[in-house]
Amino acid sequence: MPSVIPPSPTLDDQFFWDAIADGRLVFQRCAACGTVRHPPAPMCGECHSVEWDTQESSGHGFVYTWIVSHHPTMPDAEPRVVVLVELDDGIRFVANLLGAELDAVHNGMEVALSIELVDGVVLPQFRPVTSP
Amino acid sequence: MSSLAGDTAIVGIGQTEFSKHSGRSELQLAGEAVAAAVADAGLTPADIDGAVTFAMDVNDELAVIRCAGIPELRFTARTRGGGGGACATVQLAAAAVGSGAADAVVVYRAFNERSGRRFGQPIAENNRARVTPPGWNWYLPFGLDTPAKVYSLWYQRYMHTYGVTNVDFGLYPVVARKHASTNPAAFYYQQPLTLEEHQQSRWIVEPILRKLDCCQESDGGVAMVVTSMTRARDLPHRPVRIAAATQAHLRDGEEMFDYYVGDRATFPEAASLGRQLYEATGLTPDDIDVAMIYENFTPTVFLQLEAFGFCGPGEATEFIAGGNIEVGGKIPVNPNGGLLGEAYIHGMNNILEGVRQVRGTAANQVTGAEHVLVSAGRSGLVLAP
Repeated sequence: MPSVIPPSPTLDDQFFWDAIADGRLVFQRCAACGTVRHPPAPMCGECHSVEWDTQESSGHGFVYTWIVSHHPTMPDAEPRVVVLVELDDGIRFVANLLGAELDAVHNGMEVALSIELVDGVVLPQFRPVTSP
Repeated sequence: MSSLAGDTAIVGIGQTEFSKHSGRSELQLAGEAVAAAVADAGLTPADIDGAVTFAMDVNDELAVIRCAGIPELRFTARTRGGGGGACATVQLAAAAVGSGAADAVVVYRAFNERSGRRFGQPIAENNRARVTPPGWNWYLPFGLDTPAKVYSLWYQRYMHTYGVTNVDFGLYPVVARKHASTNPAAFYYQQPLTLEEHQQSRWIVEPILRKLDCCQESDGGVAMVVTSMTRARDLPHRPVRIAAATQAHLRDGEEMFDYYVGDRATFPEAASLGRQLYEATGLTPDDIDVAMIYENFTPTVFLQLEAFGFCGPGEATEFIAGGNIEVGGKIPVNPNGGLLGEAYIHGMNNILEGVRQVRGTAANQVTGAEHVLVSAGRSGLVLAP
């Protein structure tokens, strides 16, 4: 079990963590022009609107890059896989990959969202679509 | 950009020893480096009227000028971010001189980065407040708590795309340590490295980075003096002209967590620096005699060699293996040993080496060096006579 440092929500990303706690992965969407953005920002870079709502993620994508997070004495004393997932939503998102043998992890691996309790913190995680 | 910067020069350099335990305060290191740079320039403290450093530097300008005996500053500026901004300090100084905001600017960076706060250590819950990027919520809960891990999530794409291995990455540290071994100022003076020794060093992020792929953690201080070319011609050393100086920060880019822009088998910011610097100077990669390349980790040398056009995409392994980046090769890289071999003073010591190469006074002098490209990845310079 990794030792997870919990997020510290801010005015700009509280909505994200509230949704995660509610079991949903959502991204910020500009209410004026519809541009979806991540990480969150208080203003749309396309049209400068500060009005926004959210769009629920498909939760489906492919591993773009990945590493094994491992430190001998700190959090992740037990190795944990960190993935940069390219979601169908057109967004790259950092999370962890669970349920895959290390030698089965690869670029392009098909993964799906699984919101899970990790060391007491609810986090968006991913699992292989087909078992390794 | 070019005309403004092109009328300015680096006329003085100063540095402390590079160690793992300086045994003195960061302010003392800054004071020693600044005093040495001013003296090297052939100027007096009263000639200095501007100061530039990193936003991250803990040494307040007023404390530094009190140590160095500089009576008054009329210009100060600090550059954003980390080591990527190393060359931006010189750009700021050149802009100040070129605009008349200051006559002579001292640029400094000093820290106890090994015996004091170590940048490479994991960000823990109890010290995250001093970490400035707003985006840590997207990384820290998932385990990205060290620069080595953060950058490896980028480098893995490069390895995957071109079939590069950690053995390939090991080619660079061997060159860096070869250069350092004949540079008396380098921490690893007289300590060359073999690829086998590199492969025996422990994994930091398997299978991407071993310990010897990481830059050093160093204690030390460095400083430079920037003034006009007109004034530089009256000073003791051969003027080192700032032929061009620029930065590259892209929308949706993030320092360290640069996951969201473009193809991560490339380094888009460095590619932008290359386009800007070559356009400003009229030079091409073939005209560059020495490249000083910021290397917090070995893969960034590979990415920057390709971004600056010294070799093609995915060709860095073969290029390095062919001896091209050694002194005597086609484009010598980091003849001082760089941040792996000499020291890690946030990339600034690589700029000082660029100055020495143009002066012709480097420990590992590249014969006839005229055009030195200095890259910190997000800021860059061309130095010339």
